[in-house]
Amino acid sequence: MISLAGRDILHHWAKYVFTGVGLGLLIGVTLSMAGIYRGMVDDAQVLMRGSGADIWVVQQETLGPYAEPSNLRDDVYRAIVGMPGVAEASNVTYLTMQIRQGERDVRVMAVGFEPGHPGEPPFLVAGRRIVRSHYEVVADVRTGFRLGERVRIRRHEYEVVGLTRRMVSSSGDPMVFLSLKDAQEAQFLKDNDAIVNERARTAANPALNRPGVPGLLDAILATQAASRSVNAVLVRVADGHDPERVADDIRRWKHLEAYTRAQMEEILVAKLIETSARQIATFLVILAIVSAAIVSFIIYTMTLGKVRELAVLKLIGTRNRTIAAMILQQSLGLGLIGFVMGKTVATLWAPYFPKYVLLLPGDAVRGLLATMVVCAVASLLAIRVALKVDPATAIGG
Amino acid sequence: MDMPAIEVRGLSKRYGEGDAAVDALKGVDMRIAPGEVVGLIGPSGSGKSTLLKCLGAVIEPTAGYMALGGRTAFDGGWKIRDLRSLRRDNIGFVFQAPYLIPFLDVTDNVALLPMLAGKSNREARRQAVELLEALDVGHRAKAAPSELSGGEQQRVAIARALVNRPPVVLADEPTAPLDSERALNVVRILNRMAEQYRTAIIVVTHDEKIIPTFRRLYRIRDGRTYEEAGEGRGV
Repeated sequence: MISLAGRDILHHWAKYVFTGVGLGLLIGVTLSMAGIYRGMVDDAQVLMRGSGADIWVVQQETLGPYAEPSNLRDDVYRAIVGMPGVAEASNVTYLTMQIRQGERDVRVMAVGFEPGHPGEPPFLVAGRRIVRSHYEVVADVRTGFRLGERVRIRRHEYEVVGLTRRMVSSSGDPMVFLSLKDAQEAQFLKDNDAIVNERARTAANPALNRPGVPGLLDAILATQAASRSVNAVLVRVADGHDPERVADDIRRWKHLEAYTRAQMEEILVAKLIETSARQIATFLVILAIVSAAIVSFIIYTMTLGKVRELAVLKLIGTRNRTIAAMILQQSLGLGLIGFVMGKTVATLWAPYFPKYVLLLPGDAVRGLLATMVVCAVASLLAIRVALKVDPATAIGG
Repeated sequence: MDMPAIEVRGLSKRYGEGDAAVDALKGVDMRIAPGEVVGLIGPSGSGKSTLLKCLGAVIEPTAGYMALGGRTAFDGGWKIRDLRSLRRDNIGFVFQAPYLIPFLDVTDNVALLPMLAGKSNREARRQAVELLEALDVGHRAKAAPSELSGGEQQRVAIARALVNRPPVVLADEPTAPLDSERALNVVRILNRMAEQYRTAIIVVTHDEKIIPTFRRLYRIRDGRTYEEAGEGRGV
C-alpha cells in the first residue's frame, strides 16, 4: 500500500516545509528553554566541583555562601583545620559586582581565595595562576577580558594573568578570581570618606578617646579599617572520612553551619534556581500548548481542504483507519520536520545566549517524543472531521 | 436474460419521520444484465441521486430488495456487514467531476483500489497501467491529475471505477462537464468497457447528447422508475 500521507506531503511540500519551519522555530525556543535550565543546573554543579570543596562552612543559620549572605571571621578556618577528618580548610569570599571594562560594565562574581587551596580555579585555558599577593586576577573567558588587560576593581587596578572557562555563579555571572586579601578589601573595606567620617566619630567619642590611655584610639581605628571577614570556609575531607560525619562535628563543636556537597547541590539546584525552573517549566507548557494549537489548526485546515477527496476515498472503500493513519502521519511528519528544524536552530543559536545553554541528547529525545505526542493529540480534531465525512457527499444531489 | 448484475425490487427510501417524512424512492424496480449500459434520467429532485446512493451502498434503503453482482446486498436490511468491502469489490463509481486524488499520479489513482483490496503495489500498478492503456491514457500514467485535460481526467476516473472488475458501475452525470465530442467518447468507452468486462453500468444523466445512445432507459419520476426502450443509436 502506498503512503497516502507521504504523497500528500510531497504534493504540498512548500506548505509543509514552511509550516514545519515555523513550528521548528517554536520547538527551537522550547529546546533552548530546556537547555537554559540544564545550563543553570550544570553551572551550579560546575561551581561546586570547581571549588574543590567537600564541605562548605558558613555562618550559622544561613544557606550561604551562594544562596544567602554569610559572614565568618577569617580565623575560623584555623579551628576547623585541626578537626579530625579535615585535610584542608581555606577561606573564600564571594562578591557579585560590576567591573568597568572600557565603555562597558561587566557583571562578575569576584572570588577571593588562597592560592593552592580549595576555591582556586581548577584549570586555566590561557595565562598563568596568581603568584603575587596583590593586583592579579584570573577571569572566566565569558567576562571578555584578555590576558594582560588591566581592570579596575573598587579602588585598585588588577592585571588579568590567566583565563579559565565554565566558572560562573549560580546566576550565570562569570567569575573573577583574586587573592583573598584583595577580595576582602574589595568586599569589606569602606571608602576613604567613610573611613574619615568613622575615625572622626570614634575620636569624638570620649569613651574611646580617653585621656591617659595612649594607643587606645589608634587600636580601635586600626580595627575599623581592617578586613577580617570571609564568606565561607571550604573544607576538603581527608581520605577515608565521611563528609557527613565531619560536617556534623563542625556543626556540633564549632557552632557553624556546614553543608556537604549533596546538601549544597540541594541548595543550589532545588532552592536557588527553583523559581527559575518553575518559570521555565511554565513556559515549556505554554509553548507545548501553542505548538499543539498550531499543528492542530494546520492539520485541521488541510483536512477541511480535502473533504471531497476523503469522501471519494471512503466511497471507494478506504478504511477509516487508513484515513486516520494518513492524517496522523501527516501530523507526525509536520512534527518531525519541526523538530529537526528546532534542534538545528537551537544548536546554532545556543552559543549566542548570555547564559550557558546545555542541550542534552536526552532532552532532545524527550523533546522529540513530546513533539510526536503533541502532534498526535493535535491531529485528533482533524481525524474526527475526516471520519465524519459522509462518502455520499461524493455523489451529487 | 442472464443472472442480472443489478436487481432491485420495491426499493424505497424515506427521509425524516412523521409529518416531515419525505419518500424519495417509492418502490423502485430495476433489472440490469451484465455488460449492459442503461440510462437513468429524470428531473431534479426525482430521486436519481438517492437511488444511486442506495445502489452504491452509501445510504440504507427503507425497504425493498437489492442484489448486486448476484449477491443479495439488501433485503429489508443490509445482508452484507462490511459495506466498505461491498463497495470496493462490487461497485465502481464515476462522478460528475473526476474527483481524482490530487496528490497521487494517474497510475496510483487507479491502482489505489486494487491496493486497498490487498493486491501488491506492483500488481495493482500493472493492472492500472493496462486499463489506462485500454482507455488511451497510458501515455499520461505518470502525470499528476492537474496536468490532464477534462476528457483525460474522466477516462482516468473510468479506469479507477473499473480496475477491480466490479459487476456494477454507477456513473453520476459523467459527461456533464464535457463537450459533445468528448461526452460521446466517454459513452463509447463505457459501452466498450461494459462489453469487455461484462459490467453493468447505470449512467445518470441529463445530457440530451447522450440519451439517444442508450438501448434501455429508466426514467425516474416522483420516486418511481419507469422502464423505456431507448433509441439505441449507439456511438
